[in-house]
Amino acid sequence: MPQTTEKVARPPVVAPPSPRTRAPRRVRLWGKATPWLFLAAPLALLIVFTYAPVANMLAYSFTDWDGVSPELDYTGADNYVEIFTRPELFRVFFVSAYYLAASAVQIAAALYFATILSFNIRFRNFFKGVLFFPYLINGVAIGFAFLYFFQDGGTLDSVLALFGYESDHAWLSTSTSANISLAGVSVWRYMGLNFVLFLGAIQSIPGELYEAAELDGANRWHQFRHIIAPGIRPVLSLSVILSISGSLSVFEIPYIMTGGATGTETFVIQTVDLAFRFNKTGLASAAAVVLLLIILAVTWVQRRLVPDDKVDLT
Amino acid sequence: MNHRRNRRNRRTLARTGTLLAAVLLAAGCTGSGGSSKGADAKAADDPSQVSGTITVLTHRTDLVQDGTMKKYADAFSKTYPKVKVKFDAITDYEEEVKIRMNTENYGDVLMIPNVINKNDYPRFFASLGTQEELSKKYRFTGFTTVDGKVYGQSPMGATPGFLYNKRIWAEAGVTEWPTTPEEFLTALKAIKSKTDAVPYYTNFAAQWPLTQWTYVNGSVSCDTGATAALAEGNPWAEDGELRVGDRLLYDIVNQGLIEKDPTTTNWEGSKPQLAKGEIATAWLGSWAVIQFRQAAEKAGADPDDIGFMPFPARVDGKACATATPDYNQAVSIHSEHKEAARAWIDWFTEKSGYAEDNLSIATLSDAPLPEALKPYEEQGVELIELDDTKGGAVKDIDRASEVGIYAPEYRQDLVDLARGAKDGDVDDFLDDLGKRWTEAQKTVGS
Repeated sequence: MPQTTEKVARPPVVAPPSPRTRAPRRVRLWGKATPWLFLAAPLALLIVFTYAPVANMLAYSFTDWDGVSPELDYTGADNYVEIFTRPELFRVFFVSAYYLAASAVQIAAALYFATILSFNIRFRNFFKGVLFFPYLINGVAIGFAFLYFFQDGGTLDSVLALFGYESDHAWLSTSTSANISLAGVSVWRYMGLNFVLFLGAIQSIPGELYEAAELDGANRWHQFRHIIAPGIRPVLSLSVILSISGSLSVFEIPYIMTGGATGTETFVIQTVDLAFRFNKTGLASAAAVVLLLIILAVTWVQRRLVPDDKVDLT
Repeated sequence: MNHRRNRRNRRTLARTGTLLAAVLLAAGCTGSGGSSKGADAKAADDPSQVSGTITVLTHRTDLVQDGTMKKYADAFSKTYPKVKVKFDAITDYEEEVKIRMNTENYGDVLMIPNVINKNDYPRFFASLGTQEELSKKYRFTGFTTVDGKVYGQSPMGATPGFLYNKRIWAEAGVTEWPTTPEEFLTALKAIKSKTDAVPYYTNFAAQWPLTQWTYVNGSVSCDTGATAALAEGNPWAEDGELRVGDRLLYDIVNQGLIEKDPTTTNWEGSKPQLAKGEIATAWLGSWAVIQFRQAAEKAGADPDDIGFMPFPARVDGKACATATPDYNQAVSIHSEHKEAARAWIDWFTEKSGYAEDNLSIATLSDAPLPEALKPYEEQGVELIELDDTKGGAVKDIDRASEVGIYAPEYRQDLVDLARGAKDGDVDDFLDDLGKRWTEAQKTVGS
């Protein structure tokens, strides 16, 4: 076949692309891959330590696993049915109301301090440190420290005695006072975080605005009302979301200090008890999924009510 | 700007979604298949031939740190020169070992965690022999027997009872052990009115001391079948074992015979307090005697003040104390040196002196009672061992009912109820426990 031989003899048309076109292509490929290369480590960590456990939890929530036995049976939605047919499992959400109220106090106080400390004040950095410090302490340590604090004749009682108030109050002994005390600890601990977030947001507001406002005769309250508050609205709404989801999933402080006794049990403590005291890992996983869904729903509703507007200070 | 950001968000969201789905698929095949065939850890005939390095998981972090375990291991290697013993001391023993037992790597010798279902023992541990044979020599074999084979052995045992300060009780004018709950309450009232001591210390905040009240079981009726009664009857029925115990706890709290603020109690702090006579009584176990004596020495109090008495109930004029095993040691089914592991368990139980060192009831059935329990012998307290054949069923019922007789919650509620921090009636409370318990019995089908 002459034709074929001719074809073969002819230099191939498509064959080796010139190095000039090849190089940019590789560069382009690399260019596309670069962000993924940088992302590889965090993504791997995220998948291994966040999504895989969550997926596992979802899988467990459809089984009757007890947490240790080699066997587990698929039980369908039985666990979810059980959760929603046992209203006492949701009663513990009333405890969250204490923490919700506390987080209102917490945000207000954080906002107050952040505003004050964003102006020029003596020992400003010192006070910033003091306010942020509690957030740096390990939650377990805080739990133990405050156990002594609330003890009969403990720190709180001695401090009150200094002011002439002889307290005979067992702080953690009734449901109300225990929950208020615990919520107080939670405010003490997390206010620092809110405070830093607010401070950062306030400091990103251009300084000229204050000057201009002052020239126009605005006092501090006016400045707060019309410059600071609108300026930090996204951070404010973020804090509110965080504190609501935080109030629904309170755990370490009551768990360490009271173990959920005297009416301080929260939903997460209840879930942990289900999983580790009664070895109902399947049911506990389902409870955890339900909590996750509740928090997602609350957040969604909140985003609907308070849309994330662009900050406009002009 | 806003618009663009939204679009990007949606895209990342979609991507995360696919990612999540992929992970879900991957995780679908969750859980591990355990080997269900049993294995034996036979005792070696010739100690000099046994060899291998074994790892012993232990909850006694204190003994590993202060070198006591090392001393035991050194003594052990004199008999078994070719065996090397390593210790893995675990602080949060139950939780950590539970997770490790999902793998094949949980040491050669370990204490059986409470969470393991008794019927699952053959899956996780090698058998030490038949109960028929081992029970001739040892106590507590019934607690780890599945289908006639024994899977664990406790190096020591204890009996529940009241730790009390003899001096304070004498100062209050009570020299005889109370024989009924009423007498016990009268004694505590006398302590309250005549001394400065706290009559009874709940250890409410430490939580686990409250679970000790479950070990009242058996002391009330003096019945070795009390565990089976838990599995088949209502322990909170009128005169049920747990009702009698819980009722006593309720009355103690309700009549104000406890510390002022139970919610902030301090376990470590309670030891020297009892030794010094600031606390008169606490319901614990005979294992605690040594700890309180050591605390007494440290606090400069007289260790001999610490006494131990049985539950105030008598059957035909005789008190009964139940002997229960401590953590049971077992050989892992995945161990490569089962002979060496078995050798350690046997040696530790028989020759180490661990039980004597802890003033505990020895596992060898012919060993004498510890010195702390000498008054028991004098007063004719009968030491009984409960039949644990139904022990697994009791745990199943406990889980299903979520009562938690080995967990502190319901007794914390009981204490709250008794001191008025919670509304309700004690009889309703106990009846409700009984109701939940008997309902769970039906679903578990013991």
